[in-house]
Amino acid sequence: MKREPVKYALLVAVALLAPLYFSGGYLMNVLVFVGINTLLVVALNLLLGFAGQISLGHAGFFGLGAYISAILTATHQVNPWLVMLIAALAVSALAFLIGFPVLKLKGHYLAMATLGLGIIIYIFFNEAVDITGGPSGFSGVPNLSIGALVFDDDVKNYYLVWSFTLVVILLAVNLSRSRIGRALRAIHDSEVAARVMGVNVRLLKVQIFALSAFISALAGSLYAHVMTFVAPASFGFHFSVELVTMVIIGGLGSVYGSLLGAALLTLLPEMLRAFQDYDIIIYGLILILATMFMPGGLVRGIPAVLAAILPKKQERG
Amino acid sequence: MLKIKNINTYYGKVHALKNVSLHLNAGEIVTLLGANGAGKTTILNTLSALTPAGSGEILFEGARIEALPPDRIVKLGICQVPEGRQVFKPLSVEDNLELGAYLRYRSREGRGAIKKDLEKVYQLFPRLLERRGQMAGTLSGGEQQMLAIGRALMARPRLLLLDEPSMGLAPLIVQEIFRVIETLRQESGTTVLLVEQNAKAALKMADRGYVMETGKVILEGVASELLENKEVQRAYLGKEKKEIWER
Repeated sequence: MKREPVKYALLVAVALLAPLYFSGGYLMNVLVFVGINTLLVVALNLLLGFAGQISLGHAGFFGLGAYISAILTATHQVNPWLVMLIAALAVSALAFLIGFPVLKLKGHYLAMATLGLGIIIYIFFNEAVDITGGPSGFSGVPNLSIGALVFDDDVKNYYLVWSFTLVVILLAVNLSRSRIGRALRAIHDSEVAARVMGVNVRLLKVQIFALSAFISALAGSLYAHVMTFVAPASFGFHFSVELVTMVIIGGLGSVYGSLLGAALLTLLPEMLRAFQDYDIIIYGLILILATMFMPGGLVRGIPAVLAAILPKKQERG
Repeated sequence: MLKIKNINTYYGKVHALKNVSLHLNAGEIVTLLGANGAGKTTILNTLSALTPAGSGEILFEGARIEALPPDRIVKLGICQVPEGRQVFKPLSVEDNLELGAYLRYRSREGRGAIKKDLEKVYQLFPRLLERRGQMAGTLSGGEQQMLAIGRALMARPRLLLLDEPSMGLAPLIVQEIFRVIETLRQESGTTVLLVEQNAKAALKMADRGYVMETGKVILEGVASELLENKEVQRAYLGKEKKEIWER
C-alpha cells in the first residue's frame, strides 16, 4: 500500500526537473499548457470518471475563470491572486446552483444540458463586447507576481502552473481513495444502491460538479495570466469535447490517467506538425487506435502492452 | 418497533400500495409474501424513502419517519438489501463493505468500530474474506448476495429490510443465507422484514407473515398458521392445488 506516495514523489521529481532538459525550447511553452490541461482533465475526471456524470460544458467554466481574472485584473486592477480565488468561488457557486436542476438528468440528456450551458457561456463571451471585448478577445492581462518575482517567461510559468497541478493531483488522489471517492464510484455504478447505503446522491453529485468547476476556473485564471490574452475561441464546444477525449484516452476514473491523457493530446498536435496538412488525419487515427486497443485508457493500456511485450523478450533472450 | 399506518404509495398514476398497515416488534422476523406486482418491494422502498408514501404514517420507535430522506432513514438504523443484490460491481469487495458504513465515518464511534464490524462480517461470510480484494462484479450470485447483506450490516441496522435474498440462487446457498439471517437475530437482536418468493422457507424461519395481493394486505398471522392456511397453500405453496380448484 506504499505505492501511492512513491508514485507521487516520482511525479513531483520529474515535474521539477523537466525544465532542466526542455528550458529555452519551444516545448517548454507546450509543457505549461500540459499543466493547465491536466488541471482541467483531473477536474472533469472527478465528475465523469468517478461519479459517472458527463459534462460538455467544462470549457465554459474554464473560460469564466479566465475572463473573470482578465477583466478584474486588467480593467479594475484588483489583486490577481485574490481574483483567482473569487473567480473559482464564483464559478463553483454558479455550478452548484445550476447543478441541482441539471444533474437530475442522466446520460444523453445530461450531455445536452451541459452542452447548452457551455454554449450559453460561449455566446456571452462573444456578444458582451463592452465587458469581454467580443470575438477579437481581451488583451493586456497582467502576469502574476509574488513580490519582485514576475511570472513572465515559460520556465517561471511552468513552475507556477505545475505547482497548482501537483497540489490538485495530490488532493484528487486522496479524494478518490477516501469514503467520498468510494461513494462517487458507487453512484456511477448504481444510484439506487448508493441511496440505500445512505449516500445523499443528489447533493454529492452537485458538490462534485461544483468542485470540478472550481478547479476548472482555477485553470482558467492561470491560463489568462500565462497568455495575457483571452479570446472566446479557446473556450468553445470544441474544447469541451477535447477535454472529454483526454479523460477517456487517459483512463476514466484515474487521476494519473488524466495526466497521461492531457499530456498526450496536448503534445501530439505539436509532434505531428511535421506532417503538415495531414496531421489531423494521423491525430484522429491515433485516437481511434488508442480507444480500440486500450479501452481502459493509457493508464491501464500501457502496463498491459508492456506486460505483453516483456515476457516475449525474455523467452527469446 | 415499526408501525406502518394506512400508507398509500403511487408510481405516477399507478396506485401501488392501498391503505397498507403492518407492524414489527423488536427482534422479530416478519415476512411479506405475495405474487409479482403485489407491492412487496414497494413497501420496502417506501420505508427506505426511495418512493415516498403519498399518504399515511410510518412510525419507527415512536417517531414519524415517512417524510425523511433516504440517508436519514439509514442513519436511524433502517437498512435495505435491495432486490437483485445491486452490489457495486467495479468496486472491490472491501470497498463495497466500507460503503455500507458510509454514514458512520463522520460519527463519534470512530474507524475502530467500523474495522471491528468488518471483521464480524468476514466471520459471518468467510468467503468474502477470501475475495476481499476482488471486484464485486466477478463474484458468483450467492457471493454477491452475501456481500449485499454484509454491506447492509456495516451500517449497523436495527431493522434490516431484505428483498428476495434467495432470488436466482442455488438451494444450498439459500440455506446458508437463511442461516445467517437467523444468526443475526439471535446474536444482535436485529429485526428483519423479509420479502420472499420462496414462501415455504420464509414462513419456516419467520415469526409472523403478511400476505399481499394487488397493493393490499389480505392476510396476516403467525408464520406457522400461515403455513397451514389453505389459501396460502393454494396460492403460494402449490399444495392441493387441484382439490381446491375442483371444490
